[in-house]
Amino acid sequence: MNFSIYDFTSFNQWTDTFLREHLGPFWAVAVEMVIIGLAILLFYALVGLFLVYAERKVCAFMQNRVGPNRVGPYGFFQTIADFIKLMLKELITIKNADQFLFNLAPFIVIIASFMAIAAIPFAKGLHAIDFDIGVLYVIAVSSLGVVGILLAGWSSNNKYSLIGAMRSGAQIVSYELSVGLSLLTIIILAGTMQFSAIVEGQANGWFIFKGHIPAFLAFVLFLISSTAETNRGPFDLAEAESELTAGFHTEYSGIKFAFFFLAEYMNMFIVASIAATVFLGGWMPFHVGGWAGFNHIMDFIPPFLWYIGKTFFVIWIMMWFKWTFPRLRIDQLLTLEWKYLLPINLVNILLMAFIVLMGWHF
Amino acid sequence: MKEVVNLPVKNIEEEEYHINMGPQHPSTHGVLRLVVSLQGEIVKSLKPHCGYIHRGIEKMCEKDTYPQIIHLTDRMDYLSAHINNHAVCLLVEKALEVDVPERVKYIRTIIDELNRIASHQLWWCSFGMDMGGLTCFFYGLRDREKILDIFEESFGSRLLHSYYTPGGLMMDIHPNFQKGVKAFIHYFRKKIKDYDDILTGNIIMQERTKGIGVLSREDAISYGVTGPSGRASGFSCDVRKRHPYALYDKVDFNEILGTEGDTFTRYMMRMYEMRESMNIIEQLIDNIPPGDTSAKMKAVIKLPAGEYYQRVEAARGELGVYVVSDGNKTPYRVKFRSPNFSNLSALDHISRGVKIADLVAIGGSLDYVIPDIDR
Amino acid sequence: MLELVPDAEFQENKQFLTCIIPPAKLHALAVRLAGDADLAFDFLFCLSGVDMIQYIEVVYHLESTAHRHQAVLKVRVFDRDHGAVDTVCDIWRTAEFHEREIYDLLGIRFTNHPDLRRIFLEEEWIGHPLRKDYADEINIVER
Repeated sequence: MNFSIYDFTSFNQWTDTFLREHLGPFWAVAVEMVIIGLAILLFYALVGLFLVYAERKVCAFMQNRVGPNRVGPYGFFQTIADFIKLMLKELITIKNADQFLFNLAPFIVIIASFMAIAAIPFAKGLHAIDFDIGVLYVIAVSSLGVVGILLAGWSSNNKYSLIGAMRSGAQIVSYELSVGLSLLTIIILAGTMQFSAIVEGQANGWFIFKGHIPAFLAFVLFLISSTAETNRGPFDLAEAESELTAGFHTEYSGIKFAFFFLAEYMNMFIVASIAATVFLGGWMPFHVGGWAGFNHIMDFIPPFLWYIGKTFFVIWIMMWFKWTFPRLRIDQLLTLEWKYLLPINLVNILLMAFIVLMGWHF
Repeated sequence: MKEVVNLPVKNIEEEEYHINMGPQHPSTHGVLRLVVSLQGEIVKSLKPHCGYIHRGIEKMCEKDTYPQIIHLTDRMDYLSAHINNHAVCLLVEKALEVDVPERVKYIRTIIDELNRIASHQLWWCSFGMDMGGLTCFFYGLRDREKILDIFEESFGSRLLHSYYTPGGLMMDIHPNFQKGVKAFIHYFRKKIKDYDDILTGNIIMQERTKGIGVLSREDAISYGVTGPSGRASGFSCDVRKRHPYALYDKVDFNEILGTEGDTFTRYMMRMYEMRESMNIIEQLIDNIPPGDTSAKMKAVIKLPAGEYYQRVEAARGELGVYVVSDGNKTPYRVKFRSPNFSNLSALDHISRGVKIADLVAIGGSLDYVIPDIDR
Repeated sequence: MLELVPDAEFQENKQFLTCIIPPAKLHALAVRLAGDADLAFDFLFCLSGVDMIQYIEVVYHLESTAHRHQAVLKVRVFDRDHGAVDTVCDIWRTAEFHEREIYDLLGIRFTNHPDLRRIFLEEEWIGHPLRKDYADEINIVER
């Protein structure tokens, strides 16, 4: 049994044969699914809680204050206290609202982000499923979140929620285009849509360096559009606190509100991990070609930590956006996408295709 | 989408509907109710409902003596509390033909300008917050704390001071006052560049404010919009220049006028004003003459029968105090011409045709403080 | 001004040029004052009402932004219950809110005002608080 933190494939093999021996093929697969489901659920919850705390601390430091520092050391358990409070809140049901859709909406949003995590590799061999159309799958599945948001706004029977939900829906649907196209640019460079192959292909240099200009441009475009896609940062008009109440989740209270809240942070985590995987090398350490000693030291750090580090770096950049810029108006938001980002994206794809054909990449 | 929406729910794209930006709203800076009539996202008209904080200050003034009125004026536009006090003090002094000592004039002018800077700092931070740049709120407040610390050291309170009395000041300034003010000016000249970096130069902010809520010069005069909002439309209304009081005719400062009268110009006016205020303070702070802090006044102040009017430049516009006296120690009638009252009357006119998100920006740029409207 | 309103009365020794005119002539005089190129009183900077027991006085403080002269017009309304004055909203838009305030607190109606309703107090409020004979046991504490 070769069990190393640098390579999980052997661990996966070992678990699989062990289960098959003892339980037979059908039950082995069933147990594996349950284990993976529980693991992802646990990961989702823990990372979500941590991200809420991290946002409050990062925002506080940018605003010249301290942030939560009472509950636990450095305020570490603040989110748990908040979560307990939300669980104990009264669930208000609205009389004229469509009860089934009203209750279903938060779950759709959570499930959509849940499914997207499944395809992302955390380390070599440590992913739930390795589609050969991995990138396409992730983009498709994260679009399901829009359905949840629109349902939330509609079923609340409240004109502010409806306005907020329609704005949000228009925004997400528009920016999905930019997200998809910027990822397409890297797929042209990588030649494959399978996540593990994309990461393997960055063994001798991350794509953002390999593809120089178009890859860097694609990274910037991806950052902007994914911030808009997750309703964060300067694009958070749908839930603007200082304007029309709280947008599509006005009528939700208690645990259902917690679901929307959590789903937003996890969406941010997902797009950050896609950015880290596709542009910044996923779990590949930072190698500089030719410096064998440096590369050897970099290899010591487990790939899982590389992945987490890169993802949190991108998350930090997204938080930085949010707390610095004022908000865009809805028509300016949509103008930005359709008149500026989309044409730049299309030109970028052409440029990348040309470069790949000519072999002008590293 | 159209077919689905034509079912029992009204098609909200085509009909006019009213929404209430009610008395409690994060961006109406006080208790003001705006009933906005929208068509889709465009504002067709709006009706402000004020009076939620009407305390009957004018009626109360009829029962109070002149020094007691000063305390009530603090509570009108609380962000420029000193300037409100100054108006009543000047009125009483002019009616009784009392000359205040030079020292008093110097201190009053310096404190007025400090108050103006503090008021604009609070305006800036809440404007940034309304736009969505939440960090601005904390930076503005952090810098405003420095001024409030200076005030607290000298007068004992941070916001509502009632420091001026008819005839002079209630007590002398603290020995550290001059040092504190000079240190603040040195500090703030650097910080105001940060303000420009964060918000003024930001393309998002500029896109959201340029061309929005335009008020022409004729409309500004007709609606009586004074202060930085009026000056942004080209209406030269600075009382410090037109009817100088205290030391304003002896210091050198510019009255800056804008031409477009849109939200961005109103924003820039206040940024310039903060710098001009610092220039005024710099000219005066080193030259405060020694002397009395109060002229000799009788114990009971009785104004001769007649009418008096005094205007000062508050942070938001022209504050006028109109007193009708019948010779008693309490005035017969006091009327405060509050700048925010007139500024608010222009809100309906300038927000026709903008989107609802812009309404917040326009309200922030007009910078109204509701207790001044309602008195 | 005397040519327009022969029975206008001037008051001496006041801070500004003050003139008392009958209510009926107010609107015509105001139009003339605002429109005339030499007078050009385009800035109405204060509109107040004073309750002098026998009459209620509406005071207009005017200023010219071009020529920088100021003047005060006073209109006396002797009918306390149904007093009415012409509105000047069409000349100086700032009067809209100020006249509503005078109506609310003193009870003078302004004819032709686009939207004459109470501005500070509720619609159902009875009485006009700034009047000298206003008594309210609940809200006003007499010393």
